[in-house]
Amino acid sequence: MIIIDILSWICLILGSILCIIGGLGLLRLPDFYSRLHGGGITDSLGAGLILIGLMFQSGLTMVTVKLAMILIVLFITSPTSTHALGKAALISGLKPVVTDEHID
Amino acid sequence: MFIAAMIGILVTMALALCRALLGPTVYDRILSVNMFGTKTVLFIAVLEFLTGRPDFLDLALIYVLINFIGTLAVLKFVRYNDLGAEPEE
Repeated sequence: MIIIDILSWICLILGSILCIIGGLGLLRLPDFYSRLHGGGITDSLGAGLILIGLMFQSGLTMVTVKLAMILIVLFITSPTSTHALGKAALISGLKPVVTDEHID
Repeated sequence: MFIAAMIGILVTMALALCRALLGPTVYDRILSVNMFGTKTVLFIAVLEFLTGRPDFLDLALIYVLINFIGTLAVLKFVRYNDLGAEPEE
């Protein structure tokens, strides 16, 4: 039982740290397409780790089934909306920022 | 332990709100609001374990679907200025 608690704590803390890193990336990165990357981290890995940590806490009950349904729906819809957002920005003519100093 | 996860989620929501207020283009704001919605789902799921009320997860499941449809609807409205428009090829 203590092993499951420790696994759940590790998943929850790691997911929270990844969410904060993604939020900092959303705030600090220079242009829209790189901010899209920062937002995508928190939608897939941060949310997944937090929901898996909660699943470890609840055991084999109906709560776990609902959490798994939330996880599956989130894993399908979140990359779809991110892709639609990037494609809409590209169609509308938003140019990515390209600097010359990193091109060899 | 749930308190720590909830504090992390709240900090992320505050950062997303900062980008939604600052954002130079409309797509930055839509991205921030989409991420805010995902974090709201996680917030409701953690709050269910913190308060011990098992009926919050249904709200979280509905919120995922509303967040996805809302993002696509706002994107279509920004692109065409009309929600009933036919897509052009």
